[in-house]
Amino acid sequence: MLTGLFNYWIVIILMMAGLYIVMSSGHLVKKIIGLNIFQTSVFIFFISMGNVAGGTAPILKDGFNVFSNPLPHVLILTAIVVGVATTALGLAISVRVYEAYGTVEEDEITAKDRDNRHRETSVSTVTQGAATEDVQEIQS
Amino acid sequence: MLVATVFAIVKLDHLMSAVMLMGFFSLLSSGIFMTLDAVDVAFTEAAVGAGASTIFILAALAIVGRTSKKKRPEKTFAPLIIVTCIGAILVYATLDMPYFGAPDAPVHTHVAPRYLLESGEEVGPPNIVTSVLASYRGYDTFGEAGVVFTAFIGVLLLLGAGTRKSGIERSAPPNVNVESMRQTVVLREVADLLIAPVLIFSLYVQWHGDFGPGGGFQAGVIFASAIILYALIYGIVPAQKVLPPRKLAYFPAIGLLLYAIVGVIAMLKGGNFLDYGALMADPHDGQHYGILAIELGIGITVAAVMINIFFSLSERSL
Repeated sequence: MLTGLFNYWIVIILMMAGLYIVMSSGHLVKKIIGLNIFQTSVFIFFISMGNVAGGTAPILKDGFNVFSNPLPHVLILTAIVVGVATTALGLAISVRVYEAYGTVEEDEITAKDRDNRHRETSVSTVTQGAATEDVQEIQS
Repeated sequence: MLVATVFAIVKLDHLMSAVMLMGFFSLLSSGIFMTLDAVDVAFTEAAVGAGASTIFILAALAIVGRTSKKKRPEKTFAPLIIVTCIGAILVYATLDMPYFGAPDAPVHTHVAPRYLLESGEEVGPPNIVTSVLASYRGYDTFGEAGVVFTAFIGVLLLLGAGTRKSGIERSAPPNVNVESMRQTVVLREVADLLIAPVLIFSLYVQWHGDFGPGGGFQAGVIFASAIILYALIYGIVPAQKVLPPRKLAYFPAIGLLLYAIVGVIAMLKGGNFLDYGALMADPHDGQHYGILAIELGIGITVAAVMINIFFSLSERSL
């Protein structure tokens, strides 16, 4: 049992480490690194499932009869490239966040958001008050 | 070793080293893919994970700063409990799984036997991964290329096309002076030696994907990494002279269109969308040229997307 499931357990450890980074770190780029680790562990999981004992790489050649399952390979191959594209998108978003807030630490961003919302709500109550006054003036 | 690397990444607050370890992690996992007989995947992971994505993250770090704050204790404790619980559940779930390498696992009994036994007859290329990728699952791959293209559009909208005019001008952070790499003789000489062979190798990978490991995805990333290497050593400006970002931005669309056009031609010739067998009188020739064409489309899309994203990200940091 130990050797049979060892790969999957390693995958789970890696996956959980990635998840832990995503949850515990406040830095957006580090979160992306965590997501990448999570992603890679899923890749390893798929490829482990596709492996056949005594098989070889799925390239047809005389003299080889046992191959690994090519389907997980295809899925993961494209997933890797899509993964890097989405990683780049995430990085682009965090760069924009940095330009807007001057930081990519989650708690600082939330703090700034809260400040802004306070300011906005106070401003909007003032304008609402002004609007009702206008309406009253028109009615009178 | 993989686990040790990941735990080091968890611990590190210094993000620069975390990213370097991330690249190392990718290289290790590509070695694992290799030993698990997934040569195509190992190839892709080595090119993408250890090359492109590491560089993208570094470029982003150059902008947002390279250290993360120390975590507060309550932010480490709760996630640790959650992660342990989920991990335990998952380990419990694996007890039902077929053992590693078991040939009668459900994964191997569904469509895989057909791919393995008949793809040589039905599609042609000896590399089964290529036949599945380009022919059996051509729709899928078309979708994936579409996702890459969409992500590229997103980056373009967020960061600008990598032209100097777009975005806010910003002074380069200390120590990340990319231009200064040109003065390092060793780096420059090695890069000069490497760039041309890497470009040629990417073309080989592109056209030889039917027979050995390789194909459009890998070739695109390798091509892009040669250009990125050039840009790192000689600076962004000369690289952009060779490949003006504004024009380069058309290429992902061209690649995707090439893919779609092959599908439409197959339809016009009486087959289904992406049914290459209908392209020519002999279905085998049709499959062969169809796969070559769409792999080229994928290669163009991926290469142009990677170079463009690199330009966009690094322009922001200048």
